[in-house]
Amino acid sequence: MSGPADAAVSGPVKPAAPGPKNAARANDQAHENTPRSTVNRLSADNVTLGYDQRVIAEKLSVEIPDHSFTVIVGPNACGKSTLLRALSRMLKPSAGRVLLDGQTIQSMPAKKVARALGLLPQSSIAPDGITVGDLVGRGRYPHQGLLRQWSAEDERVVRESMASTGVAELADRYVDELSGGQRQRVWIAMALAQQTPLLLLDEPTTYLDIQHQIDVLDLCAELHETQGRTLVAVLHDLNHAARYATHLIALRGGEVIAEGAPNDIVTAELVEEVFGLRCQVIEDPETGTPLVVPAARKARVRAAAAAVEGS
Amino acid sequence: MTTPRVRSIRTARGRGAPALPARRVRAVRTGGLSVRLDVRAFTVTVLLLVAAAAASVVLIGTGDFPIPAGDVLRTLAGDGSPSQEFIVNDLRLPRVLVGLLVGASLGLAGALFQSVSRNPLGSPDVLGLGQGATAGALIMIVLFSGSATEVALGALVGGLLTGLAIYLLAWKRGVHGYRLVLVGIGVSAIVTAVNGYLLTKADLVDAARAVVWMTGSLNGRDWAQVWPLLIMCAVLVPLVLGNARGLRMMEMGDDVSYALGVSVERTRLLLMVAAVLLTAGATAAAGPVGFVALTAPQLARRLTRSPGPNLVPSMCMGATLLIVADWASQRAFGADQLPVGVVTGVLGGVYLLWLLVTERKAGRI
Repeated sequence: MSGPADAAVSGPVKPAAPGPKNAARANDQAHENTPRSTVNRLSADNVTLGYDQRVIAEKLSVEIPDHSFTVIVGPNACGKSTLLRALSRMLKPSAGRVLLDGQTIQSMPAKKVARALGLLPQSSIAPDGITVGDLVGRGRYPHQGLLRQWSAEDERVVRESMASTGVAELADRYVDELSGGQRQRVWIAMALAQQTPLLLLDEPTTYLDIQHQIDVLDLCAELHETQGRTLVAVLHDLNHAARYATHLIALRGGEVIAEGAPNDIVTAELVEEVFGLRCQVIEDPETGTPLVVPAARKARVRAAAAAVEGS
Repeated sequence: MTTPRVRSIRTARGRGAPALPARRVRAVRTGGLSVRLDVRAFTVTVLLLVAAAAASVVLIGTGDFPIPAGDVLRTLAGDGSPSQEFIVNDLRLPRVLVGLLVGASLGLAGALFQSVSRNPLGSPDVLGLGQGATAGALIMIVLFSGSATEVALGALVGGLLTGLAIYLLAWKRGVHGYRLVLVGIGVSAIVTAVNGYLLTKADLVDAARAVVWMTGSLNGRDWAQVWPLLIMCAVLVPLVLGNARGLRMMEMGDDVSYALGVSVERTRLLLMVAAVLLTAGATAAAGPVGFVALTAPQLARRLTRSPGPNLVPSMCMGATLLIVADWASQRAFGADQLPVGVVTGVLGGVYLLWLLVTERKAGRI
C-alpha cells in the first residue's frame, strides 16, 4: 500500500529523465507489472460520429495501444471529446463500431464495460455534503450488487486509490471545501477505485492552474508507469501532450492526421497542418521531448502577406 | 522549480485534518454478503417509525369519543369492547392507514423527483402533478357528476397524463434538472387555469364538492381507499428501492454514472414512472395534500446528514408528517375543521425554515 503513496510524494522531486528513455522504460515496466494473459484492446473501427444530424467524424479508425499513455490533441471542435465519448460507450456511432476486447462495446452489459473501462468526464457533480471517502467509494459501483454492497475488498481498493492519489488524509473532508486541484485528484481516485485496466480522461487539466495541471499529469504518468494502466486523455496543451504521452493522436476535422510517439511525429509542419499555426519545434530542455514555440506575430503576418503575393 | 510545488502539496495535506470524527457508514458482512449501513440514517429511520406509530395511536384515540392509548393498543390487538372495536377498526384505523400510506407515497415520490432533477424544487407539487390529478378529479365531478371511485380514477388518470406530458416535453437526449422544473412549472400553470375554468362552469352542489376534494383531507376515508394504496406501495416501494443504488450514482451527473455502468435513461424513466404513480395514487386517495412531497425529503436529508436520495427516511418522514398534521388539524381547530393539507403546509414549512436558519448558523449552507 505504501509503494504508490511514497512514489506519489517523492515522484516530483526526482529530476526528470530524458523523455524518450523515460517513455521506453515506462513501457517495459508496464509490461512487467501486468499479467500478459489479459489483453485489453480498445479500438474504433470505421466509426461515424455525430449528434442528431450533425456529423463530427466519418469513417474514423483509431487503435489505443495497450499499456500506453495515449493523448488525443487537436483544435477545438475537431472531435476529440466526441471520440472519447464513443470509445467509452457514451455515444453510439451511427456507423462502424467500437471494439473492447474484440466485442462491440454497445452490445456488452453496462457493468461489464465499467469493470474494464473507466472514464473521467469533463462534467461531474459532487453531491451536496459528500465526503471524499464516500465519493471515492462510489467508484466501486460496477463491482457491487444488491447483496454485495460494501465488501472488505471494496474498502481495501478505496484505501489504496486514495493513497496513490495522495488524498488519503482528506478522506473525512467534504468535497465542496477542497481546492480545484485536490478535487480533481479525488475524482481521479474515484475512477481508480473502479479498477479498470483502461482509463479515459476528458481534459483532466481544464480549469486548473499550471502547478495543479502538472500535478495531475504527473499523477497520470505515475499511474501509467507503476500500475501498468492504459490511459487515454484529451489534452488542450500540445506541449503537455508531447511531454507526457507515449502515444499521440492528432485529430483535425474528425480525421486522424498523425499518430505515434511524440518524438516521431511532432514537427512544425504537423502543427501547422493540424492547428494552422506557424511555429518552431525545439527540444524541451527538461525532457528532450518536442516543444512547440509559436512563431512571433510579425513573422506570421509576413508569411501570410508573402503567401497572398505568391498566389 | 520542483521544491515549492512539493511543499505546497504538504501544506495542503497538513490542512487536511479530519473534520469528521468517525466513519458513519458501516458494513454488515456475513460470508459473501455485505450490506451498507449508514448508522445515522438508520437511527433516524427507526426514530421516525416510532414517532409515526405513536402519533397513529394518539390519532386513533382522538375524536368525539376519546379512547386512551392503552385501550387503542388493546383494541388493535383484538381485545377491546365492541363499541371500541367499531370506532377503532371501522372508523379511525382506515383513516390513519390512508394517512400513513399517502404520506409515505408522497415522501418517496418527492425524494425521487428531487434526486432525478437534482433540485429541491423539482418535487411533484411544483411540477404540477397534484394539479394534474386535481384536473382529472374536477372533470369527473363537474362534467360527469361521478361517484367517489370515479373521481379517484379521474385523479389517477389526470396525474399520469400530466406526468407523461412533462416527461415528453422535457425529454431531449435525456431529462435534465432545470428543464424538468421549468417545463413542470409551465404545465402546472396551464393545468391550474383549466381547473379554475372547470370550477366556474360547475353548478353550486358540484362546486362545493370540488372545493372539498381540492383541499386535500383524510375525512371519511375507509378500507376502500386503504387496499388500492397498500397494493400500489407493495409493488412500487420494492421496485424503487431495488434501483436506489443506481439513483445514488446518478447524483454525480449522467456521464459519471454512465461510466460506472448505470443504465441511466432506463433507471430514470422507471423511477419517474414510479414517482408519478405514487403521487397520482396518493392524490386520488386523499386529494392534493400540499407540501409533504416537497418538505419530507429535505427534512429527512437534514436529519440524516447523508448525501444521496435518502429514500427510506423520506418515506418515513412523509408518513410521520402527515399523521402529525392530521392530528393537529383535529385538535387545534376542533374536529374536521381544517383540511390536513393546510396543516402540512404550515408544519412542514415552519420546520424547514427553522432547519435552514440553524444550518446557516452552523455554517453548513
